[in-house]
Amino acid sequence: MQKILDTLLIGISQGSIYALMSLALVLVWRSTRVVNFAQAGQAVLSTYVGFEIASRTGNFWISLIFAVIAGALIGAAVDVLLMRVLFKHATSGPALVVAPVIATLGLLGLIRSIVGLVWGGEYRSIPAPASKDGFTFGTTTIPFSPLNSVIVAAVALVLIAISILFTRTNLGLALRASAYAPEIARLAGVRTSQTRTIGWAIAGGVGGVAGMLITSYNFLSPYSLDLLLVFGFIAAVVGGLESMVGAVVGAMILGIGLTFILNYVNTSLTFVSGFVVLIIVLLVKPDGLIGSRKGRRA
Amino acid sequence: MSSENSVLSVSDLSVSFGGLKALNKVNIELRKGEVLGLIGPNGAGKTTVFNALCGIVPPDSGTLSLYGEKVSWPKPHQLAKRGIARTLQGVGLFPDLTVAENVMVGAQKFARSNFFSSALGRSEKDEAKLRERAQSALERVYVGTVSERTADTLSYPDTKRVAIARALVSEPEILLLDEPAGGLGAQDIEWLNGLIRNVKARTSVIIVEHHMDVVMSVCDRIYVLNFGEIIASGTPHEVRNNEAVIQAYLGTHSKAQS
Repeated sequence: MQKILDTLLIGISQGSIYALMSLALVLVWRSTRVVNFAQAGQAVLSTYVGFEIASRTGNFWISLIFAVIAGALIGAAVDVLLMRVLFKHATSGPALVVAPVIATLGLLGLIRSIVGLVWGGEYRSIPAPASKDGFTFGTTTIPFSPLNSVIVAAVALVLIAISILFTRTNLGLALRASAYAPEIARLAGVRTSQTRTIGWAIAGGVGGVAGMLITSYNFLSPYSLDLLLVFGFIAAVVGGLESMVGAVVGAMILGIGLTFILNYVNTSLTFVSGFVVLIIVLLVKPDGLIGSRKGRRA
Repeated sequence: MSSENSVLSVSDLSVSFGGLKALNKVNIELRKGEVLGLIGPNGAGKTTVFNALCGIVPPDSGTLSLYGEKVSWPKPHQLAKRGIARTLQGVGLFPDLTVAENVMVGAQKFARSNFFSSALGRSEKDEAKLRERAQSALERVYVGTVSERTADTLSYPDTKRVAIARALVSEPEILLLDEPAGGLGAQDIEWLNGLIRNVKARTSVIIVEHHMDVVMSVCDRIYVLNFGEIIASGTPHEVRNNEAVIQAYLGTHSKAQS
């Protein structure tokens, strides 16, 4: 029984880490209709900015603020310097769908190379905002630490803030309208270019939060968030790609499911299991678990 | 060419797509409080006139005057601020947004909140005002009761009404209606005619429409386009009896009716 509970707690903490990345991916998708594979690169770059601040101040929270600002600026720059130019040329047909995705893959490689050139490939660490030692009750220590609590709280906060932004604010309405049908939104008076840039910036900021919290849990290298991108993307698709709640639910299912496989079946099956979950969900419910029209709203 | 009470005047508008001349030196004037019809066979260039006016296609040449002043051709997002609203040939609603949200998108020019005020949660009042405006526009076209439904659950005539509400919510001085009667039944067309007559008290209207009953019933003046050129203009009576128009578009049956 204790092992089941422990596995569940590890799964939740793992799931909350995936959730941060999947939220950032869903955010870009909902705002711009682009699957942003460069998200991991953007998050790594903004985390390196946070790392630089942390190494000078020793303070996680100050470095987090800088990482979020850097993430937002990088996100905005990706839109202004890459996506706008791309969409000017790819206006219809398959190019409109494929070109941005391929561009983000290229950008991921470019950012990783630049980060490797500037900071080198060695593992770095940043101070954690809370202890990594599990909570102790009497003589029992559980595999869930104050740091895990911070990550879960961050997921909840980001989820609530983004949901409010999308469903309760005019900016959120403009973001949704621009993503669904930019031409119609423009005719109705929405400045779609500006709105999309804001969408990229917000997603970049969330990526900064993800990068900093995950790095405080693990370590930082040019490739340290790659695996997270894969699982974050699977979680986002499992959750329906449209829904913030779906992104978190998908991440939790993935985190808990993979941890159970790791602890009870076979360690080597963990990675492949993520893809098996993805294929099963796509076969059974292609819209994702929370992919119904109503579910897309929050 | 523009008269004193001109609200919109297009002079020598030419548009081409590759080697194809879609519009050739088209002149159109819309006067205050007037409903202007733009008719012609398919491919005559009617929607292209709207697209040029809305900044969707760039003109090769031509000038635009709004409210008596020569202005640059607008970009799509500037239309609402210049007092122009447009409905689309299809319906053009956002299927996953609620009806109220669809209309609120059209009320962007009244929004005061920006990114920072939204992030600080200070846009609530603004939201409420936009929602109020949207609701009142929906009630004006008699679909106020469906405001919380998603647009993809509406019947076709209701989607048309919502599209018109989204155009009206910005309180435009110029309304461009692109085939508003397309796909509507007799009862809805009757309602549409009434609405257009009612709207023109405050808003000048240009209507592109194939439904001749609507055009002849609501328009004060009509321009007829054929192969990208204006072949006739005048009152419905004059246009209906114009030989060139009968040959190019209306046919002999229409003349016989008149």
